[in-house]
This record gives sequence, structure tokens and C-alpha cells, in this order.
Amino acid sequence: MGEKRQFKVWRGDETGGDLQDYQVEVNEGEVVLDIIHRLQATEAPDLACRWNCKAGKCGSCSMEINGMPRLGCMTRMSTFSETETITVTPLRTFPVIRDLVTDVSFNYEKARETPAFAPPVGVAPGEYRMQQVDVERSQEFRKCIECFLCQNTCHVVRDHDENKNAFSGPRYFIRAAELDMHPLDAREDRKTYAQQHQGLGYCNITKCCTEVCPEHIKITDNAIIPMKERVVDRKYDPLVWLGSKIFRRHPDDDELVQSGSSHAVSAGPAMTGVDLPDAHERTEEQEVERGVNWHRRVGPAQLPAVGANGRLGVSEAAFDRSGAASPFGDDVEFPLPPRDLNYAHPDQD
Amino acid sequence: MTTTATRPVGAQARASISARTLRTDRWWIAPLITVIGLSAWIAYATVRVYMHKWFFVEDYHYLTPFYSPCLTDRCGDAAEFGTFLPNWWIIPEAALTLPFLLLFRLTCYYYRKAYYRSFWLSPPACAVPDGHKTYSGETRFPLIFQNAHRYAFYAAGIISVINTWDAIKAFHSPEGFGFGLGNLILILNVVMLWAYTLSCHSCRHIAGGRLKHFSRHPVRYRFWTFVSKLNTRHMQLAWITLATLAITDFYIMAVSAGWFGDVRFIN
Repeated sequence: MGEKRQFKVWRGDETGGDLQDYQVEVNEGEVVLDIIHRLQATEAPDLACRWNCKAGKCGSCSMEINGMPRLGCMTRMSTFSETETITVTPLRTFPVIRDLVTDVSFNYEKARETPAFAPPVGVAPGEYRMQQVDVERSQEFRKCIECFLCQNTCHVVRDHDENKNAFSGPRYFIRAAELDMHPLDAREDRKTYAQQHQGLGYCNITKCCTEVCPEHIKITDNAIIPMKERVVDRKYDPLVWLGSKIFRRHPDDDELVQSGSSHAVSAGPAMTGVDLPDAHERTEEQEVERGVNWHRRVGPAQLPAVGANGRLGVSEAAFDRSGAASPFGDDVEFPLPPRDLNYAHPDQD
Repeated sequence: MTTTATRPVGAQARASISARTLRTDRWWIAPLITVIGLSAWIAYATVRVYMHKWFFVEDYHYLTPFYSPCLTDRCGDAAEFGTFLPNWWIIPEAALTLPFLLLFRLTCYYYRKAYYRSFWLSPPACAVPDGHKTYSGETRFPLIFQNAHRYAFYAAGIISVINTWDAIKAFHSPEGFGFGLGNLILILNVVMLWAYTLSCHSCRHIAGGRLKHFSRHPVRYRFWTFVSKLNTRHMQLAWITLATLAITDFYIMAVSAGWFGDVRFIN
């Protein structure tokens, strides 16, 4: 049996709200999200809170605990003193839906605006080859769980809502860096894009994004500052500009390699099946791979079920039934037949 | 096909929380220490630079980094590169290098964080409100010139070579070769200055950060890896070098003024 501790939880919606006092039992080993759940189970059954994995991997339970943006499931109660009142509030930067749930669609809009991976010309899917050393930097940024704590803590939008149009935020700077550093990404305009459309120049590298990142991604040192330096190459450095004119090459993108571009070198995963062992030795997986025609034409992807604004619903709280809609549409049956497990290559269109 | 309900479009208001910050820890300590530390250092450096004396120990050829390279008639034997600067009091002995060192530190990615937070309160700490009504970051004049950091880095590299030269020249005594506590301090200072200069984010970019394919540039990749390791300590090195610069200068001032003698190990 644990002891009772003092909590203040913000309750309300977009029309207003305030901090309400609660006394909740706390047991050894618990985290703040456990307390929120206990609160829901006892005093406040209508307390709204977004959560999912309770393991710091889904990025759902972002909230502000004693004023600091944190994941509820990764903030141990043992880090607070027994007499301390713990204040739990929703993310400040985003519009509130109810209680601890905010509308984070700002982030999805910025995600939609960021150009996706551009496949290298002349390399078919299945023929992508990369060296670990080349892709390592990008992999750090793939750890992102999209909890949006960095977006929430960044003062550029937190304290200046008017910058939301011009500024994409740290999460999308690591996305830009991830793709710009990616050995196979074919786009050459990511630096210009980061500077002109993502608002990289707004960042004054005060490093709060790095401080709050639950995945400990070195957002500022490994993504934002390298991107700023790459932008300098493009925009502000007269020597690099001169060098690129003299040697007729693009700064940074000088050695964009078409690795695996020769079909002769990499035949793709068992397209011909020449190197496969005899039929009776093949595994099921190899059978499937053998059957996949990596160059077959694939029809356009089925569009997800979207609302009047052309988007998926933001919150399941507003759905007309329990659970989120399938982004594949409801007429798709799972599991998909293995022969159809294939990706549509943009070059095919 | 499902029709997904979307959120009712309504007022997009943030949660109405009246407290400007709900942080309960002492978030103001770090910016306060930064203000005190940087202000004290700038005050000391300004006084020393305009003192125009006690910058050189003739016997052992110790020259303080604040006066290197020494370029006015006041320099005497400390002048290694001529004395072409006028003798006006407002011109520091090292007038050709100090502005670049100042620029290097002003545009440094660590110091930017430090003074934006502590002096400019933009923001003073994470999740603590910005002290300003509007904000345009580094997109406009004058802050857009922070992008010139790499040029300050080039200059700082050259100045580090000059400081290294000073440290080598200081193995000097009236009888020939000699070495004392002053040499240890000078060498420690130079090593730390090199570590700070090489750990610079611009250096990291130039070393290899700008490449898309490390596998094609193994030597640059190794250099980048080395700089990256140093780079994680950039903040510590920024403060350590402020300390070593001040200590080196103070030691040479004290020996030069005769407050105490140099501890000699050889000659």
C-alpha cells in the first residue's frame, strides 16, 4: 500500500480550464502515467489522456510535468520528493482538445510538407546498397518516436505562435538532416528547402530540443548545426560558391553515387533465382522472394479513408467508432498475399 | 470504405495556464552562472588588454596570449612579426588577432546558446518563456552573420599556430634552453586552445560532416570521427580555455610585475 501524494492536473478544453488538486496513492516503482491511470480509475474517470505503450516507444503520453515537457511513462515518481506537489499539464505549444490531450496536427502538416526520400535514378527497388558507415548518421534520427516534446519545448513556436507558418521545428530538421545525409537520397535541394521553407534560420541553437528528447537524439549537434553548416555552404560561403563555379560541381552533393545502379552488378534479390539452392532446400522466405517480380507494374496505392479536409482524423476521440480507421482502407484484407508485398517505385509512373 | 470523422473545426486555443512557467527546479542558476562567468572574464580581459604592460617576461620569453602577436613599439623583444601598429593607447598590442578571437567566440555555436539564454533570455531556460515579444532568430541582420562562423574558425586556427609558436619560443632562459612552471602553463593553454578550436562545429563540418559518403573518404572520416569526439566536449572546452587564458595571462603578469618569481625546473 503506497502513500497519498499531492497532484495538480490541468482540466479543461479550448474554452478554458484550470489546475485541479488531487490526492493520489503512489506505490514504489510507479511513473506519472500510472498515477494518471489511477486518477482515471478513481476520482476522475473522465480525465482525458493520450497513451499507448507505457514503454517510452510510442511517443503518445507527452505532457508537462512540473513545467518540463516529458513522457508520462518515463518519468519516475521516485524522482520527486514525497512532499512535493506534482503539476501535470498538457503540451503548451499545441491547441488543447481536452485535459491532457492536445491537437498535434501542426506536426503532421509540417511532416506532409517535408519532401520524402527521393529514390536514386536508375536503381530499382531491391537493388539499394549502402555501407553502414554512410547511413549511420541518418540512423540516429530514425530513433525518433515522434512524441513532439522537442516541437513543444522549442521557444520559436512555443512563445511565438506566429512563427508556426514559417518554422517546421526540430523534429523536421532531423528529418531534413536524415535525408540530406542519406547515401541514396537523390534530392539536392534539401539545404535550400531547410533554409527557405522549414525556417532553419529561426533556430538559435539553445538546445532545449536536445534536452527534452526521450530518445537522447543529439538534435542540435548532429542535425541542426550540420544542416546550418550545409546551408552556409549553399547560401553564405563565398569560397564554397567560388569553388563550385570553378570546379562546376554542386557543393555537398559532389559525390552522389548511383550505388548499385548497374543491373549487372546487383541482380536484386533472386530475380532470376540462379544463385538459389535447389527447390527442396529452399526456405519459405526464399520461395516468396523468388516469386516476387521486383519490376512488375503496381497499380496506384489505395487511398486511405479521409475526412472532408482530405486528411485522416486527428483524434480517435472524434471518430464515429472505437479505434482508428485503417490507413489502408477497410476493404483490404490482412495479411496481404506475399506475392503482392512489393513497393511502387515512383519511376514506374 | 470508411468515412473517417474529422475533428470538429473550432477555436484552436491553447490550454489556458496562467503561470508563465510551472518549473519548480532552479532553472535560473545556469543562466546566472553564465552571466557572472562571461562578464567577469570580459572585464578581466578588457582591463588586461588596455593595461599595455606586464605582458612579457624577457628572461624566459613568456608572452601572454592576450598580447600575441605583439605588434606595437611597446613590445620590445616580444615583437616576433614587426611593430607596424601605431602606439596609440586604444590600439591593443594584438589588435590584428583579438577581433577575430572575439568573433570566433561570439559566433561559436556553444557561446551562442550560452548568451542567447543568459543575456538575451531567448529563452532563459527550457519551457520558460522568451523575454521578447517578437522573434526572428538568425534570419535577419545582424544575427544572420552568425553564419560566418567558419571564417572566424579559419582565423582562430592561424592564431592557434601563433600561440603554439609563442609556447615553443618560451623554452628560453638567460643561459639558453630552460623550462619552468610558466612553460607548463603556456603549453597547457595551447593544448586546450587547439582542443577548443578543433572541436568547433564548423571544423567538424569541414573535416567531413559535409560529405554524403564517408566510405569514399576514409581519411576525412577518421578526422571527422576525431573532431566529433572532441565536439561533444565543446562546451567544457569553451569554459576551460577561458580559464587557461586568464590563468596564463595572470601568471605572466605576476612574474613580469615581480609579484612572484617563475618556478624553474631547468635553468
